Amino acid sequence: MSDMTPSGASIPDTTRNIPDRLQSPALKAFKSWETLLLAVAIAIFITNSFLSPYFLNAWNLSDATFNFTEKAMIAFAMALLIIAGEIDLSVASIIALASTAMGYALQFDVGTWGLVVIGLATGLACGAFNGLLVTGLGLPSIVVTIGTMSLFRGISYIVLGDQGFRGYPSDFSFFGQGYVYWVISFEFVLFAGLALVYYVLLHRTNFGRAVYAIGNNPTGALFSGIKVARVKFILFLLTGLMAGVAAVCLTSRLGSTRPTIALGWELEVVTMVVLGGVNILGGSGSIPGVVIAAFVMGLVTFGLGLLNVPGIVMSIFIGCLLIGVIALPRLWAMWRP
Amino acid sequence: MMQQLAPKADAAHEIPVLRLSDVTKTFPGVRALSGVSLELYPGQVTALIGENGAGKSTIVKVLTGIYRADEGRIEVDGTPVHFATADDATAAGITAIHQETVLFDELSVAENIFIGHAPRGRFGLIDKGAMNRRAAEILDRIDANLDPTTPLKDLGIANKHLVAIARALSVDARVVVMDEPTAALSQKEIEELYDLVDRLKAEGRAILFISHKFDEIFRIADRYAVFRDGEHVGAGLMADVTEGDLVQLMVGRAVDQIFPDRDHQAGDEVLRITGFAHPTEFDGIDLSLRAGEILGFYGLVGAGRSELMQAIFGITRPSAGTLTIDGETRTIRSPADAIANGIVYVPEDRGQQGAILGLPIFQNVTLPSLGQTSRSGFLKLAREFDLARGYTERLDLRAAALDQDVGNLSGGNQQKVVIAKWLATKPKVIILDEPTKGIDIGSKAAVHAFMAELAAEGLAVIMVSSEIPEILGMSDRVVVMREGLIAAELAGEDLTPETLVRHAAGIGEAP
Repeated sequence: MSDMTPSGASIPDTTRNIPDRLQSPALKAFKSWETLLLAVAIAIFITNSFLSPYFLNAWNLSDATFNFTEKAMIAFAMALLIIAGEIDLSVASIIALASTAMGYALQFDVGTWGLVVIGLATGLACGAFNGLLVTGLGLPSIVVTIGTMSLFRGISYIVLGDQGFRGYPSDFSFFGQGYVYWVISFEFVLFAGLALVYYVLLHRTNFGRAVYAIGNNPTGALFSGIKVARVKFILFLLTGLMAGVAAVCLTSRLGSTRPTIALGWELEVVTMVVLGGVNILGGSGSIPGVVIAAFVMGLVTFGLGLLNVPGIVMSIFIGCLLIGVIALPRLWAMWRP
Repeated sequence: MMQQLAPKADAAHEIPVLRLSDVTKTFPGVRALSGVSLELYPGQVTALIGENGAGKSTIVKVLTGIYRADEGRIEVDGTPVHFATADDATAAGITAIHQETVLFDELSVAENIFIGHAPRGRFGLIDKGAMNRRAAEILDRIDANLDPTTPLKDLGIANKHLVAIARALSVDARVVVMDEPTAALSQKEIEELYDLVDRLKAEGRAILFISHKFDEIFRIADRYAVFRDGEHVGAGLMADVTEGDLVQLMVGRAVDQIFPDRDHQAGDEVLRITGFAHPTEFDGIDLSLRAGEILGFYGLVGAGRSELMQAIFGITRPSAGTLTIDGETRTIRSPADAIANGIVYVPEDRGQQGAILGLPIFQNVTLPSLGQTSRSGFLKLAREFDLARGYTERLDLRAAALDQDVGNLSGGNQQKVVIAKWLATKPKVIILDEPTKGIDIGSKAAVHAFMAELAAEGLAVIMVSSEIPEILGMSDRVVVMREGLIAAELAGEDLTPETLVRHAAGIGEAP
C-alpha cells in the first residue's frame, strides 16, 4: 500500500505537546449563550424601570421573584433530564398530586413537618414511577410522562372533585410566604440554594459528566461503562422530588389545594429550560443559563403585569421571546459573511 | 418487456452489455479503486470476489450511479455513458439488490416494486389497480407467491428479497447486481434464489453476483472477476479455475504493509472462556488468552465475532458459559462490570459506540476513569487533563487542543482517543474490533505499533479483523470463526492466507 500515499505513511517520532485548551475559559464564557441571555435580562430590566415607576421598588421586585422561583426549582432538575435526552411532562401533575396528598393528610394532624415529608415523598414516588417505566421497560419518556400527566392529576380530581383542601397549619405558610431577611423570601433563598446545588451537581461532579455523556450518545456512554439506566432513573427521581418541593412552596403560598393547581406549568418549565440554552435534543446546556432564563421570564411577566397587560398577551410575549432568542444566533450567523 | 434483449444467449456471449475500463475512485486518504475494469455479459453470471475492502462495494456504487468515478469509462452496448445520478443508471437498465435491501416497511409489496415509477392514471394519480396487476405479473414471473397488497413489514427476509428482485425486473433491468444476496437466507431460500438467478440468466440478463461463499460461486457463476486492494487482479471463466486459484488471487500478495517486529513472550493465562453460547449469534466458544499475547479473530462478516466480543464486554448476556479472569470465575452483567474486571473493548462502530463525538477529547479519555481522577465524586480538571495528555501523546494524537470535540478529528485520531480512553483504565485484556478499519495508513501503522507495545508490556490483546495482512502481521495465534462457531485455531506454520480463507468460508483442504 506504500505506493498509494507515500506521504501519509511516515510518522515523525517527535511527540507533540497538545495544549489543554484553545481559548481561555473566560473568553469561552464571554462568547456563550448565557452572556447573550444575560444581556437580554439586563435590557428587560432597564426597559421595565423606564416603563413603570413602580418597578424599582424592593418589595415589588421581591414579589416578582415568586413568578419564577417554584418553576425554576423544577427547571433545574428538568435541565439535567433534558440534557440526558429525556423529558418529564408530568411535573405539574406531580405538584397537584403532592398537594392533594398533603391536603388529605390534614385530617390526620401530622404537623407541618409531616406535611412537608408527605409532599416530598409523593414527588419522589411519582418520579420513581416515571423512571421505572422509562428505564425499566425502555419506553420513550415523552409518551410515559404524557400518560402520567393525566394519571397523576386524574387522581387529584377523583379525591377532590370540585372541592378543595383548606386549613393548613399557620406555620406551614412560612415556605411560601415567609421572609428570611427584609425582602428576601424563603422561596428565593431556596431557589438560590438549589441553583448552587444543581450547578455543582451538573458542572462539577462525575455524575454531571455522565449526564452530558448520555445526552450526547447513550450507546457510547454505555460502551464507556456508564450505568445509563441508573443515571436516568436518578434524574427522574430528582425531577419528581423537585416537583414535590415546588408543591410544598406553592401550596403554602396559596394556602389551599385545588385539582387545577399549577395547571400548564410543565410547558413553562420546559420553556425556561430551553430558553436557558439547553438543547431540547439533549447533550448540552448549563444551570447558569437556566437561572438567567428564570429571571428573564420573571421580569417579563412582572413588567407586563405592572403595565396591566392581560395574561394571554404575556404568554404570547413569552412565546415570541423564546422563538426570538433561539432564532437570533442563527440569524446572526447567516447575516455575517 | 423482453423484446430488446438478446434473442439467443450464445450469440451474445462475446459482446459485453456493460464494460467498465480504467475506473479510478479516490476518497480522502484512500484510493478505493485504481484503474479497474469489469465486463458483464448478457445471460451470464459474473462473480465478483475479493476481501473486505477490496473495492467491491465501491464498484457497485460506481456502476449504479451512486458514486461518480474520478477517471475511467463506462460503456453500455459499446456506447460510452455517464451516470450523474442513480436515476441515470436505472434508465440505462442497471439495478442493484443490496445486501440490506432498501425497501419501505409500511408500504405494500406493489408500492415497493413500483416506487418512483408507479403507473399513473387520470390527473397523474397513481393507478393502484394497474400497479397491483403489473406487480402480480412480475411476481408470477419469478414464482413468488405473494399478494401485491400485503404490507412489506409482514414479510420475512427471503420474501423481501423477492420483492427487491421484482423491483429490479419492474424497470426492465438488463444488468442486475446482487450484493451478497444469500447472507441472511436459509438453505431452502438460497436454493430458490439460485433458481431465480437461473431464470434471469435465461431471460438474457447480465448478473453481477457478489459473494464470499465459494460453494455458491461455483454453483451459479459463469465468470469471475477478482479485486484486491482496489485493483483488478484477474478475470475469466469459472470453468478454467479451481477454488485454490481464486483464493490465491484474492490473498496472494506480498504483505506490503510493515508490521512491527515482535518478540512474543506469553505469560500466565489471563482470560478463559468456556462454553459461551448465545441463542442466535454463537455457540460452544472456548478460548484462553495469556498475558502479552495478541490473539487474532478472523472470519467473514456475520460470523459472530463482534457479538462474541460484546458478550465478553457485558453488552449482551451469553445464555451459557463461564468466564474466568486470572483463574477466578466472574459474572459480567454490564460494561461497567467488564471494566472493573480489567476487560475493555474498542468497538468497530467508532462514531456510535466508541467515542462520544460531541464531548471534548479529554472528557472522552477520562469517562471510564472518573472514579480514579476524582475519587470524591467531584471533578478534578487538572488531573483529567494530565491523564488525557499522557495517553494521547503516547498514541501520537494529532489535535489542536485537548478540549477540542472528538467529532472534529479524523477517523484515525478518533480511534486513538478511544484506545487512550481504555488504556487509562489500566486494563488486563483489551479487545480491538476492526481497529484500523477506515483509518489512514499513518494512523494504521501507529495503532499497530502501539498494539505490539501493549502486548510487550504484558497486556492480553484480542484483535478482531477482516484484513488478512493485519491478522497475519500482528497475531501470535488466530481463531477463525464461521457461522457462530470456532472453525479453527491456527498458529505457526498453519497460519497462511489460504488456511484462513478456507476455514472462514468452509472450504475443505486443498487436494
